[in-house]
Amino acid sequence: MTDTLPAPATSTHEVEVEGSTRGERIAAGVQRHGALAVLGLIVVIASFAFEFFATLDNARGVAVQSSFLAIVALGMTFVIISGGIDLSVGSVFALGGVLAAYASQWGFLPALALPLVVCGGIGVLNGVLVAKTRMAPFIVTLASLLGVRGLLLAITDEGSTTYLVPKGSAFTELGQGTVYGFGYPVLIALALFAVGAVVLQRTSFGQSVFAIGGSEDAASLMGLPVARIKVLAYTMSGLLAGLAGALSAARLSSGVTILGVGMELDAIAAVVIGGTLLVGGAGSISGTLCGVLLLGVIQNVINQIGTLDSSYQSVVSGGFLIVVVVVQTYLSRTQRLR
Amino acid sequence: MSDLAVRPVFERGRVTRALQDYGVYGAVAALVVFNAAFTDNFLALGNLRTQLIQVAPVLVVALGMALVIGTEGIDLSVGSVMALAAAVLPLYLGYGLLPALAVALLAGAVVGVVNGTLVAVVGLQPIVATLALLVGGRGLALVFADGQLKQINDPTLLALGSEDVLGVPIVVAIAAVLTLAVGVLVHRTTFGRQLVAIGGNRAAGGLAGLPVKRVLVGTYVIGGVLAALAGVLATARLTASDPSAIGNLMELSAITAVVVGGTPLSGGRVRVLGTVAGALLMQLVRATMIKNDLSDSAAQMVQAVIILVAVYIARERRTR
Repeated sequence: MTDTLPAPATSTHEVEVEGSTRGERIAAGVQRHGALAVLGLIVVIASFAFEFFATLDNARGVAVQSSFLAIVALGMTFVIISGGIDLSVGSVFALGGVLAAYASQWGFLPALALPLVVCGGIGVLNGVLVAKTRMAPFIVTLASLLGVRGLLLAITDEGSTTYLVPKGSAFTELGQGTVYGFGYPVLIALALFAVGAVVLQRTSFGQSVFAIGGSEDAASLMGLPVARIKVLAYTMSGLLAGLAGALSAARLSSGVTILGVGMELDAIAAVVIGGTLLVGGAGSISGTLCGVLLLGVIQNVINQIGTLDSSYQSVVSGGFLIVVVVVQTYLSRTQRLR
Repeated sequence: MSDLAVRPVFERGRVTRALQDYGVYGAVAALVVFNAAFTDNFLALGNLRTQLIQVAPVLVVALGMALVIGTEGIDLSVGSVMALAAAVLPLYLGYGLLPALAVALLAGAVVGVVNGTLVAVVGLQPIVATLALLVGGRGLALVFADGQLKQINDPTLLALGSEDVLGVPIVVAIAAVLTLAVGVLVHRTTFGRQLVAIGGNRAAGGLAGLPVKRVLVGTYVIGGVLAALAGVLATARLTASDPSAIGNLMELSAITAVVVGGTPLSGGRVRVLGTVAGALLMQLVRATMIKNDLSDSAAQMVQAVIILVAVYIARERRTR
């Protein structure tokens, strides 16, 4: 854009503008593709270092393990770009799984419909509370984190009842069936990411999400239906978390109540590592996918090292998160300081 | 505002204001009265002791959280800091209790320095800066502890968790003393005034010549040390250092206590007594429901509603 502007009056100014555009372009590039570059680097190094790493079986394993978090993080991306946050997704994920397992006794459709309706409803509730009362999203979704886990305990007799998915049902197939060795959850996650990217980049809804995250007041002055778009974003987050839970129940053949604790933080970490700014207004779906895969590959590599136990995974993830956000902050600061 | 005088006593603003200022105390009092009337053995000394002992570690963490939230920050890492302190404690018990305690608290301070530096110097949002240590901190704790639960045999340390001083459980006494100390810190010291001023408006604080970075880092260090102390107390009560369980979800309990107690998430105000009341309220809600044969799950849902109501009431202050 800057190139097309008329030349400034003084030459010193012009030099400044030129220099900063290049810096800005590099900064934007690093911000957008940083996670992808690091992911590529780790994959290449790990392929040489570990015999088993660069095999199709291992790729399938990483893909399936990552697919549930990926679906949750997809919804989280929309919420975060809109300037909000959704802490309830871990609880909603677990609830979705238990409801799906419970409803699977009635067949395939109920097993999907029940969790989607309930979890979507929780998303609507989050969205309405955030949009209409102007309470901090952090607190609203913190309350639903607690409340939904309470609900989850209530329908499982304080966690003592485990609902099983009937053996051999079509719903089990959804979690365990494969195409070319890749499980349905992986394919569903990929399809959802493709749709999500189109929705974010190519629809007026997606552009409105960016606008609201960038400046809610400005978006409102431009006449965007701010409340409705926020409600939609939180609803998507609830729906996707519920769907991910249902898929995991199909995969595990049962609704596990203790799943999903801390998942909201993994999802936020993946989104942030993927280059989406937590203040809202900027981010990408592809970045989130890279972020999720990066977390998955780190875990996989640590498992392959063998001598390191799994607690190192969170140390590395945490350290990585710090590095990414510090770099991001400095990059966005150079952009602002031009 | 000018026509305030002619409005009736039950004018909405005034009621809201009263609810904001005294609602949490009223709710605690109402629960105590309700329990005294309807719950068997509630006023028995043993039960009151149990309630206070259970609330003490939450309160210790929440006091630090109140300070951090007062700076318009948030500290998600407190639960992991508790685990970290619990994990390093047994490693140094061989050198004596005091060195071990010092190292455990130092671990909390170090995490506080990292959090504070990321927030104040690097300029990260507090939620991201402390999220990294929430994720990484528990991993570190597990690495230090080799992923194992360790029994604690040191009699002095165990006494911290189980014995009384002047008829008051030691953990409760510690929480009370810390409440007093944090109250004095907020209301009677320069540091406290600077903290509140920076929380109200960081840019203005900087322009007014306040040492913004130092105060912010200091606040996160206090938060970290208090969380580490809570980790030590939890270890003493459990008679074991269990880095995978200690402090789980503590960040949520502490934030809840602070917010329900009336400290706004937007900073600029620290309500120390409110935090005590907030922590007590959440504890009493749970105890009341369980003792009256309602389930834990129902208690969680009621707690969620209380958080929303408290924040909804508090929200009015800014819009007026």
